[in-house]
Amino acid sequence: MNTPSPKISTMPSKPVKLRVIWLQGITCNGNTHSFLNDPSLGSLLECIEFIHHPLLPCSKTLKEVVKKLPKSDILIFEGAYRADFERAEIRMESLLMSLALRTKHIISLGSCASFGGIFKESASEHISGILFDKESESGPLHSLRKKVITLSGCPIHPKWISFVIDMIVQGKKISLDEYRRPKELYGYLVHNGCLRNEYFEWKVDSDHFGTKEGCLYYAQGCQGPFTHGSCNKILWNGVSSKTRSGTPCVGCTEPSFPRTELFTTKTYMSIPAEMPLGVPKRSYLALAGAAKSFHIKRLEGKLIDDNS
Amino acid sequence: MARPTKEERKISIMTKALELFSKEGFYQTTMPSIAEKIGMSVGNLYNYFTSKEMLAKDLILYIANILGEHIRAINESDRTTQEKIEAIVHMYFKIAKDRPETIEYFLRVYLSNREVFQNCCSGMICVSAFVTEMMIFFEEGVRCGELRDQDFFSAFGLFMGYLGGMVFINGENILSKPLEEYEHTIAENIYYALKTR
Repeated sequence: MNTPSPKISTMPSKPVKLRVIWLQGITCNGNTHSFLNDPSLGSLLECIEFIHHPLLPCSKTLKEVVKKLPKSDILIFEGAYRADFERAEIRMESLLMSLALRTKHIISLGSCASFGGIFKESASEHISGILFDKESESGPLHSLRKKVITLSGCPIHPKWISFVIDMIVQGKKISLDEYRRPKELYGYLVHNGCLRNEYFEWKVDSDHFGTKEGCLYYAQGCQGPFTHGSCNKILWNGVSSKTRSGTPCVGCTEPSFPRTELFTTKTYMSIPAEMPLGVPKRSYLALAGAAKSFHIKRLEGKLIDDNS
Repeated sequence: MARPTKEERKISIMTKALELFSKEGFYQTTMPSIAEKIGMSVGNLYNYFTSKEMLAKDLILYIANILGEHIRAINESDRTTQEKIEAIVHMYFKIAKDRPETIEYFLRVYLSNREVFQNCCSGMICVSAFVTEMMIFFEEGVRCGELRDQDFFSAFGLFMGYLGGMVFINGENILSKPLEEYEHTIAENIYYALKTR
């Protein structure tokens, strides 16, 4: 009797890692640092490899990238764009376009890369995002718009970038909004999930930063009711958000960021200049007036009274 | 001829009740006296309004809606803020002249008997339709740069307190001229008090 020959088990081939170039424009490194805070960074690095990254181990220095202009699967651009800004002695208008043409996906990382952000304030006419200049889609990558995914935020939440990279790795379709931001992340308003929503409903204001009580929209400049972002859904460091810790949302994911007087609500005759997104002024004022007529004692006291 | 609907009947009752309340005051007016004026039984009147307080509350909602609709039309018209002030003053005095019981009720019943309304009409609940339109008027006036930015109630009190006061004085027969002859001066005074400097 012939004994069956043992099956030769075939080892699965090593999965091919996506090749990523992380290029920086005019930046404070904020998004790089945020990315390093992602607890799932280790498993993410099993799916991607950096051809170049300014901080992480990678196969090429920026000078080598400039010399070879390698192909990549994902080009991540962090920081604001300025045509004559130089990296490795090459103008950004040439470097960005060369790498953008040789990649499959482009991630515009952070508000500066997305809309111009803080750095645009210093030389408004010369600085923009890579696809958008504030609200206008007039950035240098306009002709490659379909490759671009916008991840605005100052900085972006690390989970937002790992989500997008993971979707690309898995070949899944990412549904995008008008600024090419993933709807899964930006379909929500920062207001959604805010623990202060009951104070918002009953129009109980917060007088100070850092308290647990009160809504920050009426006096402290909170932009949560009209800012897209999942800050109160995907919590920062897994535990908190600006509004949860008692500081107003500064609207950092929107093209209008940064505004001036971030911690004051602009009003006209005591009425907020900007209404919650999509809410007609007349409807809001009627509801707000009615809500303000009631005094909900529970909402007027401290949540945790140290003296009791 | 079709029978009036319950809603139409309610409005007819409110119109008559408004006359009584504004002349006699809240406490002097009774459900039987209202029923007598309308020519219906007291029992039937309670089919429409479960208490005098509920009738009083519906009346203030009714008046606030009338004022609110007029101011909304002015807000949505193509007028400058100064012209809107003229139009609001004109509208308010016209109602005070044509339907004096409306403003009288507001001043002599609603504002003078807060204890009656505090449970069902606290704050701005029953006058929301009117106050909301005034908010929009002021907000748009500041936004377009014609009015000075300030606390809403400071401006609201100046505007409506002035008009209410003039109608009250007129009701006391103290004015030497018909109310409408004061319109332009009053509108001008309001505009100069509120405009940007």
